[in-house]
Amino acid sequence: MPAAFLALLRRDLLLAFRRRTELLFPVAFLLVVVSLFPLGIGPGPALLARIAPGVIWIAALLATVISLDGLFRSDFEDGTLEQFILSGHPLTLIVLAKIVAHWLVAGLPLVLLSPLLAIWMNLPMESLGVMILTLLLGTPILSLIGSIGVGLTLSLKRGGQLLSLLVFPLYVPVLIVATAAVMAVSDGLPYGAFLGLLTAGLVTCVTLAPFASAAALKISVS
Amino acid sequence: MKTDKARKNPLVMFIHKLGSPPWFYGFTGKFIPWLWAVFAVLTIWGLYLGLFKAPPDYLQGESYRIMYIHVPAAWMSMMIYVLMAIMGFIALIWRIRTMEIMAMNSAPIGAAFTLIALATGSLWGRPTWGTYWVWDARLTSELVLLFLYLGVIGLYKAMDEPRKAARAASLLAMVGLVNLPIIHFSVKWWNTLHQGSSISLTGSKIDPSMLWPLLIMAVAMKFYYAANLITRSRVTLLEQDLRKSWTRTVAEDATGELKS
Amino acid sequence: MLAVSKISFERYFEPVFQPVSFKLEAGRLLLVTGANGCGKTTLIRVLAGFLHPSAGAYTCDAGSTAYVGHHLGIKDDLSVIENLRFMRDFLGVSSRNCKDVVIRLGLGRVSDQLARTLSAGQRKRCALGRLLLGNSELWLLDEPYSNLDQQGVGLVDDILTSHLSAGGACVLATHGKHRPEWASSHDYHLVSGAVEC
Repeated sequence: MPAAFLALLRRDLLLAFRRRTELLFPVAFLLVVVSLFPLGIGPGPALLARIAPGVIWIAALLATVISLDGLFRSDFEDGTLEQFILSGHPLTLIVLAKIVAHWLVAGLPLVLLSPLLAIWMNLPMESLGVMILTLLLGTPILSLIGSIGVGLTLSLKRGGQLLSLLVFPLYVPVLIVATAAVMAVSDGLPYGAFLGLLTAGLVTCVTLAPFASAAALKISVS
Repeated sequence: MKTDKARKNPLVMFIHKLGSPPWFYGFTGKFIPWLWAVFAVLTIWGLYLGLFKAPPDYLQGESYRIMYIHVPAAWMSMMIYVLMAIMGFIALIWRIRTMEIMAMNSAPIGAAFTLIALATGSLWGRPTWGTYWVWDARLTSELVLLFLYLGVIGLYKAMDEPRKAARAASLLAMVGLVNLPIIHFSVKWWNTLHQGSSISLTGSKIDPSMLWPLLIMAVAMKFYYAANLITRSRVTLLEQDLRKSWTRTVAEDATGELKS
Repeated sequence: MLAVSKISFERYFEPVFQPVSFKLEAGRLLLVTGANGCGKTTLIRVLAGFLHPSAGAYTCDAGSTAYVGHHLGIKDDLSVIENLRFMRDFLGVSSRNCKDVVIRLGLGRVSDQLARTLSAGQRKRCALGRLLLGNSELWLLDEPYSNLDQQGVGLVDDILTSHLSAGGACVLATHGKHRPEWASSHDYHLVSGAVEC
């Protein structure tokens, strides 16, 4: 099994690399969305600083949902997914391998771009560290929970539209905790508990979400 | 693939029989009118007590009476989601079609209760706080719950094959159920984080004379759910089994009754 | 190896095919024939485990099952050799030499080309590589001859012959005219809803 896990991870990274221009779309989307806020609300630095944690996190949510659609779609359409199901390897580990690969090419860029977004939104510099940490812990949670929604909407033609409706309610706790952590820094309050919650959430999702995604995939293939 | 050995336990046998569409149809047909009747009686009684007999609140005056609809509706919206997810779980694991049907038919009823809770909550907020909407913990939770319901309904309607759609929507309902306490607590906590003190529409204590109508309405709404769910499910069963022989028998019996 | 008892499958509450029963022993091929839309693909997918039968049961004591269906299960963005290498690594049979398999499949010249640039027949051959790379005892093939030229058809028959003589079994669905020369003791003809034996 470990060999298969690594083979799949390598394959997905190779496939992403072969289509590397497409990887830029969620990144571009993230930048566009964040830049819309000053345009729509006004560039007042104090206001931007107040809403910065929420704006950056909401943009991360949107960008994740956009990028998630490709998580299983290609494998579903060309029959590779069926082969995974048939292979006898635990589907949960297969799902996990794919999510890891997906996060590396779609989630990690969000984390790396966050300093730029922080500057745009006038996020206080002392909050940046925690911001990056919340994204580092939180974006994998978004990918994991999102994979369940992707699995369920896989056989739909316009699955992407329904996907947002399905996963956004499930994202609410992550959004609340992550933004609370960042805001706690600028308010001078302790933020450790929030980060602890995010970590606990990540561990829970890593162990539980793949089961739900695997079940969803089996339903979609039938 | 193993075949299940039916244990002779009467409860298991009952559940097993419920899985048979004709048996389900026949069995529920016997008491459906009673469910509707009890609902009607309880509602009239509860509303009479709540709207006319219960004393006005010392803080809010008469406007608090909307609580007799708002609170039971909110309770129902959550209870139905839990039931929907449980029925979905049974449907998913044991592939029982009547469970699939009941789970999927529960979704619109639950969504309706959520809408009622939101609308009445909004109307209640107007005389109490002066605005039609306030992001308190309960209303915000109800809103997220509405989105969860819409997701289940949307997913079910989006797929073509009904049994596959029901399984997918059931899985979604189960995932939503696991998340529901987490969402609930995080919203409650978010509310205290941002507003300092927790605001609640219902206030701290409820006088017994105000409590009775509330409980009666709560029970009445449970009967409504049961009656509505079973009625819808019977119709769905007939629609799905249009080509089977048992529906023909039902139609013949019904037209026979009409003629005689 | 495969014992099927009164399997049926419903879609939109209508049966796709009438109940099917058969037994398949090692070294045997079961041919499933019938017009388009009579449920051959559905039956194969039920046997593969993707679909859960509405009624009936089946037991399969094959070690593992290989399936080549309408969707080929190869990645367009990988080359032939990369696809085969992934199949081999994923299935865990690292002893097979992919280059030999490529030659056997007749894809030697296009080995490094991306699968999207290949013809339909070449893609089919690449997909069939799965059968050569794996160790599966039971093969489920849905229209294996489609898109293949004369040589390709011969290749499939060769592969099948080796597989069956080595003790494997196969369920093969086809609507085309070509039948393997040594068609088995059973020959299932699904006629949308009715079964002829």
